[in-house]
Amino acid sequence: MAALLQHAGYEEERLLRVAQQMPCREVQAGMLLSLMGQPQQYSYPSIFIYGHRASGKSHVMHVLLKELELPHATVSCVECVSVALLFEQVLLSFFGCDAASLLPRSPSLSDFVRIYRQQCSQSPAKQTRYIVMEKAELLRDTDANLLPALLRLQELVEDNVTIILLSEIVWDKFRPNTGCFEPLLLHFPDYSKGELQQILSQDRHPSYTAEFYSSYINILLGVFYSVCRDLRELRHLAALNFSKFCEPLAEGKVKETDTHKLWRNIEPHLKKAMQTVYLREVSSLQWEQMQQMEEKESGALRGLSAHTHVELPYYSKFLLIAAYLASYNPARTDKRFFLKHHGKIKKTNFLKKNEKTSNHLLGPKPFPLDRLLAIFYSVVDNRVAPTASIFSQISSLVTLQLLTQVSHDDQLDAPKYKCAVSMDFICAISRTVNFDIVKYLYDFL
Amino acid sequence: ADNSEIRFKLCQDLWHKIRVLQDELNRKILDSLLDFTRKCSSTRQHSDWASQMRASEIPTAALVLGVNVPDHDMTFQSLSELLQQSVTPHVASVQAKECGGEGLLALVLERLMDTVVTVDDEEEEETEQTSTQLHKSVHCSLSTLCDWYNAKTMKSKTGTPGKKRSSPVRDDPQQPPVVIIFKDLEAFNPKVLQDFILICSRYVERLPLMFIFGIATSPSTIQHMLPHSVSSLLCIELFQSLSCTQHLATVIDKLILTPQFPFKLNGKVMQVLMSIFLYHDFSVRNFIKGVQLALLEHFHSQPLSVLCCKKKEALLNVMQLSHHDLESIRHLLSFRRYVEKQEPQEQLNLFRDDTHLKEVCQKLIKDLRKYHKNYYPVLRCLHTLTSSLPRYPLGKQVRELHLICLEKNVWENEDYQTAMKSHLSPPESQTLNEVCYYSSSATVRRHLNATPRTSIQAALSSPYYYLQNESLKTEDGTVSNAAPDICIAYKLHLECGRLINLYDWLEAYATVVSAAEGNNPDSDNVRKVEEVKHARFIQAVSELEFLGFIKSTKQKTDHVARLTWGGC
Repeated sequence: MAALLQHAGYEEERLLRVAQQMPCREVQAGMLLSLMGQPQQYSYPSIFIYGHRASGKSHVMHVLLKELELPHATVSCVECVSVALLFEQVLLSFFGCDAASLLPRSPSLSDFVRIYRQQCSQSPAKQTRYIVMEKAELLRDTDANLLPALLRLQELVEDNVTIILLSEIVWDKFRPNTGCFEPLLLHFPDYSKGELQQILSQDRHPSYTAEFYSSYINILLGVFYSVCRDLRELRHLAALNFSKFCEPLAEGKVKETDTHKLWRNIEPHLKKAMQTVYLREVSSLQWEQMQQMEEKESGALRGLSAHTHVELPYYSKFLLIAAYLASYNPARTDKRFFLKHHGKIKKTNFLKKNEKTSNHLLGPKPFPLDRLLAIFYSVVDNRVAPTASIFSQISSLVTLQLLTQVSHDDQLDAPKYKCAVSMDFICAISRTVNFDIVKYLYDFL
Repeated sequence: ADNSEIRFKLCQDLWHKIRVLQDELNRKILDSLLDFTRKCSSTRQHSDWASQMRASEIPTAALVLGVNVPDHDMTFQSLSELLQQSVTPHVASVQAKECGGEGLLALVLERLMDTVVTVDDEEEEETEQTSTQLHKSVHCSLSTLCDWYNAKTMKSKTGTPGKKRSSPVRDDPQQPPVVIIFKDLEAFNPKVLQDFILICSRYVERLPLMFIFGIATSPSTIQHMLPHSVSSLLCIELFQSLSCTQHLATVIDKLILTPQFPFKLNGKVMQVLMSIFLYHDFSVRNFIKGVQLALLEHFHSQPLSVLCCKKKEALLNVMQLSHHDLESIRHLLSFRRYVEKQEPQEQLNLFRDDTHLKEVCQKLIKDLRKYHKNYYPVLRCLHTLTSSLPRYPLGKQVRELHLICLEKNVWENEDYQTAMKSHLSPPESQTLNEVCYYSSSATVRRHLNATPRTSIQAALSSPYYYLQNESLKTEDGTVSNAAPDICIAYKLHLECGRLINLYDWLEAYATVVSAAEGNNPDSDNVRKVEEVKHARFIQAVSELEFLGFIKSTKQKTDHVARLTWGGC
């Protein structure tokens, strides 16, 4: 397998080392090598590599660039909130911080190209320089001229430079409306089950044999492959559960080759892991601690999503209930629900024609503050004075993200809000104050 | 009076005690957080297989504090200081609203690098100062932070022997963790937070980062704000602080249900403070502020509060009471009740002989002290007995039982043995209780549960109440002509309907003001409204608009709409 990587421009041992570090990616690495060509040769101006998460794109690039000692600049587009950071990073990596400091305060693309040309006329490239941009899909949100310019950077700066874009999204979603220079597309397909087995078995534990670890990975994949094919996740799960797997071995009850007994020991544990650790309900630390405790002691693990209870003061609960009612009842129905003597309201006027969509499906509607207070004073069972605390509670509810402020901050005299809680939440709250909210909802008439 | 200085000093002492108590409140949760931080930084340095596999996650503490957001400031302040003293100097706290212009990353960098610069000011060399300034304009990225961190740890490794450190030795001099505290997680923009975590996870091998999330609602917020791809980069551990009601119970235990603290609140005042807590804000800090307000009011308005202190001091102060003070003792309700039970000769003595009265007061102070010493243990016994009864006839928490006892004789609820009867009587039955017990619940309520609108309306309709100017005194319902312009305008607008014609209002206003100035209201001069009066009127109307009583409307030209109804 290692022999597949061969190229004239690079030494054999280095290529061998490269191949060892990227199992199952020889085809893609070979393709990249032939695109890169010999170091002094120009290569294609831009290459676009795409594939799912954890399919080895960054890993392959980094191994190649590091082992073959090629000049490169790695940029992650998440960090580059402004293009200035991107330009700085590139200039810093190729020409040092003096060149980076030549950039003006908010550099434009032409500043960057100008400085690059200056610098490379002083120190021209002897080998191809590579710029690797990770999470390239964020480039679509920057200025419209950046992406087309980067794809043609070789032409603009007249230097031996190649851009490599790494992304999880296909090129069709990148293509700008005005057209651009098309990069070469290279796809990194997902790993198959066998390939995953091969890769995961490589991180074996030093004190156990390779076959033992390999059989463990086999069992792990058997349980998790149907729900998860992400290499990073699987590696994380393998690390967490290995100690439990080795437990009977450490206690001397089984030998390394008794796969059936080991399987029986680990299988319920893995199933439980699927509901907790895999979903990040509990942290890996908690999982390990739980493993160390005896079977009897460990009760049900309470994951993060089990904690949904929020303690609110009495009037805040009613404010929230009033907000929910204001958001999901149309304003014209308030008279019927909240006035003691609303008189007879004809049913035909009440239900508009063709109104079949439930308000709950349409989402919460904004309401003005006055309406909220009117409903609040009518649902609260005892008389409440309009004190400053009531108003400050409304702001607290906004801070807690239970209400959303819809109007602009500057609009002080008529603020508008929306209720941001779910039906389950509000039902739970109403139950604690003995308020039957369903009776007051228009959709449930 | 003479004893005002003594009272002031007593008040200050008690105020200080309350402050000390506040600082102690969060001790337990802060200690567990410190342990977590230490543990994280030490496991990071292990090189066993399991730790290596987990090294790519950022350890995170999710601290659930409760909905009373203003209370959290203090907690985070103490947490920050404790961390800086005993675990690591690199601590940065950020709030969502501070990340506006420059962004979260820039803010964090500024906080981390600036704080350390000031601490180690003496040993900072020139070059390092300039490089810090350079960072602000050029490199706002984590690689700068990494370089800076490595430089710092290199320096402390080589050591500076003779340098006096005012803080105790830190645990991990080699690789102290870099802690970032997010004070109010829910308020952050989810996208900003996600990007920040993504960026940080790229540097986790070079920089020992650690996050602390301050959560106000519930831990499931984390899952709402962060998608799986981001939360998988964190190793989250949950820390629940005490719920607000448990917190309150601790505070009440230490502050109220103890004979060590001489100042007391009577039933009504306690009720007001409790209802503000339970109904409005769940804020322990505001509860403590209410107690402090009552403390201040008591020592300010009750001259006999000079006796509200430790027993020895109280007995001394009794001997120094002036005649005036002794007269006020004689007028106390509880004292008169006491006198009625005495023999006629004794009654005369008490009224005539000041020295005798002082002796009797000393005895009464001792009795009051003994009452308090017995009350609380017996109260707790009763609570233990009755707290698990079905339907909680005497309340579930100690404070509820205490409120019941404060109001009336608890044995009227059920039959009780004589021991309980004699010790759990309400304080009003004790003589000289007014010295220690503060009972003006209306004042407390008025100050803590403010009704701004009522205050404004009171000011506008009876300005004498606030300004205390004799010429403004009028009977109820009328306003003097000499009142300020805005009061006159306000009074006039009350008589109007929903839409007020501005010109009519101006005319009425001018009439009233002219009458005040003594001009004949029917004479011709008044018909032409003077410019000054016009200006005054416009100013008054603008102020009323600012206060929210009227607003401009397009429904009729030259009209304004009236916004408030009712009130005076």
